[in-house]
Amino acid sequence: MNSPLSTASTVSTADVEVAVATPGGASRRMLQHKSFVIAGTILAVIVLMALAAPLIAPYDPYDQDLNNRLVAPVFMEGGSWAHPLGTDGLGRDYLSRVIYGARVSLMIGLLTALLSGLIGAVLGITAGYFGGRVDAFICYVLAVRLSMPVVLVALAVVSLIGGSLVVVITVLGLLLWDRYAVVLRSATQQVRALDFVVAAQAVGASTPRIILTEVLPNVMSSLIVVATFEVAHAILLEAALSFLGLGVQPPLPSWGLMIAEGRQHLLFEPWVIVIPGLALSVLVLSVNMLGDGIRDLAAPENRN
Amino acid sequence: MLKYTLHKLLVAVLVAVTVSFVAFMLLRLSGDLATAIGGESARGEDIERIRTQLGLDRPVLTQYWDWASRAASGDFGRSYYYPEPVWTLLEERLPVTLRLACWGLVISLVIGVPLGVLAALRPNTLIDRVAMTLAVLGQALPTFWLGLLLIILFGLLLRWLPISGADTWMHYILPSFVLGYYSTPAVMRLTRSGMLEVLATDYIRTAYSKGLPHRTVLFKHALRNAVIPVVALASVQFGLMLSGSVVIETVFAMQGIGQLAWESISRQDFPVVQAVLLLVSMFYVWLTFASDLINAWLDPRIRAG
Repeated sequence: MNSPLSTASTVSTADVEVAVATPGGASRRMLQHKSFVIAGTILAVIVLMALAAPLIAPYDPYDQDLNNRLVAPVFMEGGSWAHPLGTDGLGRDYLSRVIYGARVSLMIGLLTALLSGLIGAVLGITAGYFGGRVDAFICYVLAVRLSMPVVLVALAVVSLIGGSLVVVITVLGLLLWDRYAVVLRSATQQVRALDFVVAAQAVGASTPRIILTEVLPNVMSSLIVVATFEVAHAILLEAALSFLGLGVQPPLPSWGLMIAEGRQHLLFEPWVIVIPGLALSVLVLSVNMLGDGIRDLAAPENRN
Repeated sequence: MLKYTLHKLLVAVLVAVTVSFVAFMLLRLSGDLATAIGGESARGEDIERIRTQLGLDRPVLTQYWDWASRAASGDFGRSYYYPEPVWTLLEERLPVTLRLACWGLVISLVIGVPLGVLAALRPNTLIDRVAMTLAVLGQALPTFWLGLLLIILFGLLLRWLPISGADTWMHYILPSFVLGYYSTPAVMRLTRSGMLEVLATDYIRTAYSKGLPHRTVLFKHALRNAVIPVVALASVQFGLMLSGSVVIETVFAMQGIGQLAWESISRQDFPVVQAVLLLVSMFYVWLTFASDLINAWLDPRIRAG
């Protein structure tokens, strides 16, 4: 990872500069950023794996085979290539479930980040652009939201409505907009004071027009950075909810659910827990590293 | 300072009232309680009876007022499952969760602050890189998974530590570590950036040029200013740990309010769920209020705001 000092000297000032930078320069900087490239590659592999799941998964992830329960993975004693990652307590092929599990995690991460991003961006940009009473009110809504414990609220609501992919995405999407609002509010406050916004106001451009064509493009990089971290956040939360039995429901192959199901085999077959957890960690790690990379590339001085 | 305090107090009270309303409404709006309590086999008249018995047929605002005014005096009603009043349950379980969150906070500060300082003193060296890598890794591990791995390693293979319950201090080691580990990166990053910022200021240069020893400058001049944002973060993290304890307490089978909440949610024991939700939210509201005041007290610039 680059230190903020060295990156700060090569890429100067704000988001504005990046928007002006030539596309060629941007892609060269991307390729030079080591962790960005590594994270991007890993992510690309996971996304491809999720998309091509029906083609590459050796078995149907729902097919139970009670004669072949808890077969060890190939790298352990008693394992075979018939089931490279072994089978779970119901004899389902673990590799296939891990591959299909990527779909659940990615879908929840992306859709949740999209929904919460929409809410957070509208609130944050509105607060930052208008200031005054509007800002005070949105900050108050934000304070209320921050005071609600996410896991508890999500658990309670999911238990009442019933767990499913759609419910989990909606509940998390309605909860996780806080960081977007905070970041976009301050980013908008900065952009609003810049000359080109003042100029647009002076020539009489309408407020929606200014927000869409002047403000939004200039806070976009902050938005994308927060969105990346929120994808990771949502993936971890879904796993936690499913682990507690109040996220997506069996037999759907979710990595969090697989860890929960493997809990009873903790003592003798720890790999049943280790494998999905590892998949989860690698995915979240690479999403976070991608976010760090985008932040470095877009606006190094925003790095904390 | 007085004006600042009063302003923050007003906001905190407003937020507290709103949160209590949302906490109450959330469980009302997301489903029909009487049907949920009655279960799938309940007949229409059973559900009606449950509804009148629990007062669910009254206007929602009346119900809220009733609940909130009792809750303000510590009366959260009776659990649908346990014979005890909700408050007794909370009183029993809260110490476990508070102890857990305190230790979690201590661990994240004890690891995070020194690492952050070291990383800031030697930016772009091995220490910095290792610290930042740990920070990135730390935020990627699901807490419940890390908890299970530690149970396998220290509880089952090495047999050094107990893996469930909250009877002795030994029981707290693994769960507090897991809880603390997750918020360490945030503490570390904030300390690091605070130190980097402070070390670049004029007054640090002045302090050095006065001939003050390195150590004095570092601790008396730099760190004191760099940790101001960490104080705010610490109180916020404490609030987050209270809600994070739902997962941890379930993994380690500790009888705290987190596990109580999870069990009560599964049992549709709504008075308990509402009470825990309210309690955790209130902790957060007042901790934020306290951290605002501490910050303003430490840093006069904020008061002038």
